[in-house]
Amino acid sequence: MIKEFLAILLDKKSRVVVFVPPIIQVLVFGYAATFDLKNITYAVYNEDSSALSRELETGFKGSTHFQEVERIRRYDQIAPTIDRRDALLVLHIGPEFSRDLTTGRPAVVQVIVDGRNSNTALLALNYVKTVITAFNNDFAARNSITGPPARLETRAWFNPNLESRWFIVPGIVGLLLLVVTILVTALSVAREREQGTFDQLLVTPFRPVEILIGKALPGFIIGIAEATVIILITVFWFRVPLQGSVATLYAGVVLFLFSSVGVGLMISSLSVTQQQGLLGAFLFVVPAIILSGFTTPIANMPHLIRQITYLNPMRYFMIIIRGIFLEGTPFSMLLGQFWPLAAIGLFNMVLAGWMFRRRLY
Amino acid sequence: MTTLKGPEGSHARTAGGTGMRLRGLIRKEFLQVLRDPSSIAIAFLMPVLLLLLFGYGVSLDAEHVPVALVAEQPNADTESFAGAFRQSRYLSPVVMPGMREAVTAMDSRRVDAIIHMKQDFSRQMRSPDGAAVQVIVNGIDANNARLVQGYVEGVWSKWLQSEALAAGRPLDIPVQVEDRVWFNSELKSRNFIVPGLIAIIMTLIGALLTAMVMAREWERGTMEALMVTPVTIREVIIGKLIPYYILGMGGMALSVVMAVGLFGVPLKGSLWVLFLASSLFLLAALGMGMLISVVARNQFVAGQTAIIVTFLPAFILSGFIFDISSMPAPVQVVTHVVAARYFIAILQTLFLAGDVWAIILPNAAALILMAGFFLGLARKKSRKSLD
Repeated sequence: MIKEFLAILLDKKSRVVVFVPPIIQVLVFGYAATFDLKNITYAVYNEDSSALSRELETGFKGSTHFQEVERIRRYDQIAPTIDRRDALLVLHIGPEFSRDLTTGRPAVVQVIVDGRNSNTALLALNYVKTVITAFNNDFAARNSITGPPARLETRAWFNPNLESRWFIVPGIVGLLLLVVTILVTALSVAREREQGTFDQLLVTPFRPVEILIGKALPGFIIGIAEATVIILITVFWFRVPLQGSVATLYAGVVLFLFSSVGVGLMISSLSVTQQQGLLGAFLFVVPAIILSGFTTPIANMPHLIRQITYLNPMRYFMIIIRGIFLEGTPFSMLLGQFWPLAAIGLFNMVLAGWMFRRRLY
Repeated sequence: MTTLKGPEGSHARTAGGTGMRLRGLIRKEFLQVLRDPSSIAIAFLMPVLLLLLFGYGVSLDAEHVPVALVAEQPNADTESFAGAFRQSRYLSPVVMPGMREAVTAMDSRRVDAIIHMKQDFSRQMRSPDGAAVQVIVNGIDANNARLVQGYVEGVWSKWLQSEALAAGRPLDIPVQVEDRVWFNSELKSRNFIVPGLIAIIMTLIGALLTAMVMAREWERGTMEALMVTPVTIREVIIGKLIPYYILGMGGMALSVVMAVGLFGVPLKGSLWVLFLASSLFLLAALGMGMLISVVARNQFVAGQTAIIVTFLPAFILSGFIFDISSMPAPVQVVTHVVAARYFIAILQTLFLAGDVWAIILPNAAALILMAGFFLGLARKKSRKSLD
């Protein structure tokens, strides 16, 4: 057991690899992984230079979400502007804009959006509509036009400003924990096997269970230490509110580590070389991240893939950690997420132990 | 492996020519790849598996989002409003008797939003101010919440139009938005995710494969054995590059065929541009893998580093899903060292928009620079390491 630890801690490169990158990554990714659009670059093609169309433009200039980058003079300048990604969208105000408005006909503003990133395009369009709705309300009030028969008053629960960072950063905790623990455990046996020390270990009076525990503990303890650091960064640096209890959070972390160490050992027991171990780790980690709901909702996946996600420990941890952070979900309501983690961990541990024993004979 | 090298080295010594030695090295490398099935698996099995998983699994398009509809006093007006929601492709409304049920459903994630029509909905509708409809969205997944909010607004404005039409009066909305989405008119997220995915897969193939393979040679000392033969470092590097380049391009071809054939992503640009851009990127990725292996010298560290410095940044810092222009300025600076960033920009444009040189050329130049830098540094480092 102690030997395992020393193997990782004594090698300076391994030590650096295990501890430094996760901390840097949580900082960089925490800032990078955002769906919030900050500077929507736009170009204006205003064929109607009237006070009204300028007022509409002011709405965009005043918004923190928009940033004007170009003024277009001719129609055929629109295409290259979008093609070259100089601007994400072009606002085209036609020559009849102010005449239509003052004569009571609906005036049309054409918005041309770069759809290469469909999510960005959709969100940018929503922001455009918000600005135009504000202009409409203002205009209607001034000209005593009766408003529409119903209006929407929208509020968001649990995350009033809809900051995607609150959603993503707790997810990164799970992401990094998974990567580090799987790597540490998946390669541990293979490395010894390549160096021949595993056979030596097997002839010592240790029982397979003891060897298994010895292999599992370092990954576990490194995981706990790392979880603590990353959670501290999440709470104190990114200021993501921690609504739930710390004890429940750690219960979730421990169970998640248990299951991912189990999977790591399972991979370890199957692989003969480190390359196979790494490949196995990879073939598990990558789908586990993608199919966890970390960036894209599980609800958007097709039925078959949604069924597969029930085998993924990270899926449960995502619900646990986001629930505890943002909603303050109590322990009792998370039991449905806790037991699959325990089951996955136990199943893999037992299987890995059995594989070790089988290799003995 | 060592047994392989012996004859090859002596063979090269007798023949002397660079071409001969190179051919020998490449043959040796190919034999090695064929013997260890995990390299083949990385190059061919991984793209297929990942594309299938990602292509089907990663979607930002929400469809049939469950929303709770609460009408405190159901009547013809609330029914007409609710009817508009039933027609939406994106939302699937569930009528609930009261707010208490709706809130419980929201807490247990059975619905993503609540549409709440208050008691005096009908009366307010006929007042000059109009009725206020309360919309509550679950903000935990902020992106999804915003999309749902957009869908609800879409339903609402459609309903306003049909109401106005039914009443036979013009709709009093002063300015209307007419949106044109170019390159991806249906706003399918798969069309931008799949090209990005190819870049991620290529990053994995290139960096992981070479990092692991070369680190193993350093670890076992066969690299030093190779170095004492008359083979030069440049030849060793080229000898390693060519087989893995061919493997990688095979994986690339497979991915493109799947993207177009299976996922129906349009390929507007020309194939030769795609081929050149992929070659450049693959060289950069292979170079990165070599550099990692030279610095790490052991498979554990090389593997860890390859995953941490290639896969995760390619996933998060490349514009694959998260827009680079929305990131804070210092993070945007960091993204410039991620090779995948340039490749993804090229791929998204090539697939969806066509050969837009203003985007392709600067990004390709950046890839050339990175490939040169990594390969050069890998060569320098491996020479030094011998002393």
